[in-house]
Amino acid sequence: MTNPRQNTQQEMSAEIQAIASGYRDSVAAGGAVLTQPSLDYAPYRSSILRHPTKNLHHADPETIELFSPAFGHQDVSPLEADLTIVHHGEPQGERIKVAGKVLDGDGRPVAGQLVEIWQANAAGRYIHKRDQHPAPIDPNFTGVGRCITGSDGSYAFTTIKPGAYPWKNHLNAWRPAHIHFSLFGNEFTQRIITQMYFPGDQLFPLDPIYQSIVDQDARDRLVATYNHDLTSPEWSLGYNWDIVLTGSKRTWTENEALGEDGEHHE
Amino acid sequence: MSKLTPAPGQTVGPFFGYALPFAKDNELATPGSAGSIRLHGTVADGAGDPIPDAILEIWQPAADGTIVAETGSLVRDGYTFTGWGRASTGATGRYTFTTVNPGATRRGVAPFIAVVVFARGLTNRLFTRAYLPDDDDALAADPLLASLPGDRRSTLIATREPDGGLRWDVRLQGDGETVFLDFDGGALAGGRDVSGERA
Repeated sequence: MTNPRQNTQQEMSAEIQAIASGYRDSVAAGGAVLTQPSLDYAPYRSSILRHPTKNLHHADPETIELFSPAFGHQDVSPLEADLTIVHHGEPQGERIKVAGKVLDGDGRPVAGQLVEIWQANAAGRYIHKRDQHPAPIDPNFTGVGRCITGSDGSYAFTTIKPGAYPWKNHLNAWRPAHIHFSLFGNEFTQRIITQMYFPGDQLFPLDPIYQSIVDQDARDRLVATYNHDLTSPEWSLGYNWDIVLTGSKRTWTENEALGEDGEHHE
Repeated sequence: MSKLTPAPGQTVGPFFGYALPFAKDNELATPGSAGSIRLHGTVADGAGDPIPDAILEIWQPAADGTIVAETGSLVRDGYTFTGWGRASTGATGRYTFTTVNPGATRRGVAPFIAVVVFARGLTNRLFTRAYLPDDDDALAADPLLASLPGDRRSTLIATREPDGGLRWDVRLQGDGETVFLDFDGGALAGGRDVSGERA
């Protein structure tokens, strides 16, 4: 692979801003609001050869696509929601709780579904063997968690606030602190993997992955909110992040719409 | 009923390898068991190079066309068919599942396996389908396939191998680019060029 001179952050930021400005002009002229990331987003260099060049093909979901795989307590132990108790000692860093609800685009709770997370440690180092960032590995932190949502779509993880992470997209490229989230909905078409960020991160405008979502309101949906009610005295800081999946395409039966607890969610 | 705007997706990134894979993640059926087949192929980029850091998930009906609602995909007991599996590509961009041929969910409809693709460098997940190649009449009657030009249609149909397995390659870009699906309408899908050009 050739290794041309890496772009500076200043050059990268100019590219990001040019696209952002073009998008704002487009919306001002009546163009569509883009609530998902652009698949074709050249500032994220790895996307250049990995995005489809043809438009996605509209399809009406059929049969299997209108249902979702099932997960349950055979699959996931409740202990997997606490990333700080995996090893014998306490991990380094700022202990946090991240909690919220998974909802579908119609506002229905996504109950009994799988949530998976993974993240860097407090120093910004992933345990993954390909991570060469010379920050310390924490022997007491792996950075992987799973849980099954409650009947109201709720989830909660106890973990450590991840550090910012350097990468090689351009010279002096740093990812804002983030937690990867993998989510299943009530239907296969609602499957999504995304990233949760922390409020006020100064790296947001510099990061081509975050900025691949060109719409500010859409980007904001990935930022958790500090919530003192989720903070535990002398223990951990609390963040709330509710996740909305796409809308339902299936005609729900009355029992499904009522939910497990008998509460009417419509 | 309220309509909420969905959260955007983000790339799976490079470091999912210690988080998403699990034991027997790609074994919807036990290899060698009655009715088990191999579904395999390569994931390639716009230069035709294999993608070693992609991860695929499949979701399919059982052999009799039933859509199952069985838990236990993450801790497989070797007997229960859950219909769902996950496979990472290796250094050569290859993925492999052991599964069964999905049955038709209704008489005469073309059986397919629903697929979702994630990769480093891919800003959002891509949905697609891998159809069984066997029933020509059912394939001809399929609404999605009928809406595609012939050269694109073929990207969604797996090839039957002499051992009964299925070969199905994924091409993210370029010649033979796989057809990826939009279930939600353009603005939600992110497939449009941000400069405002429309293909």
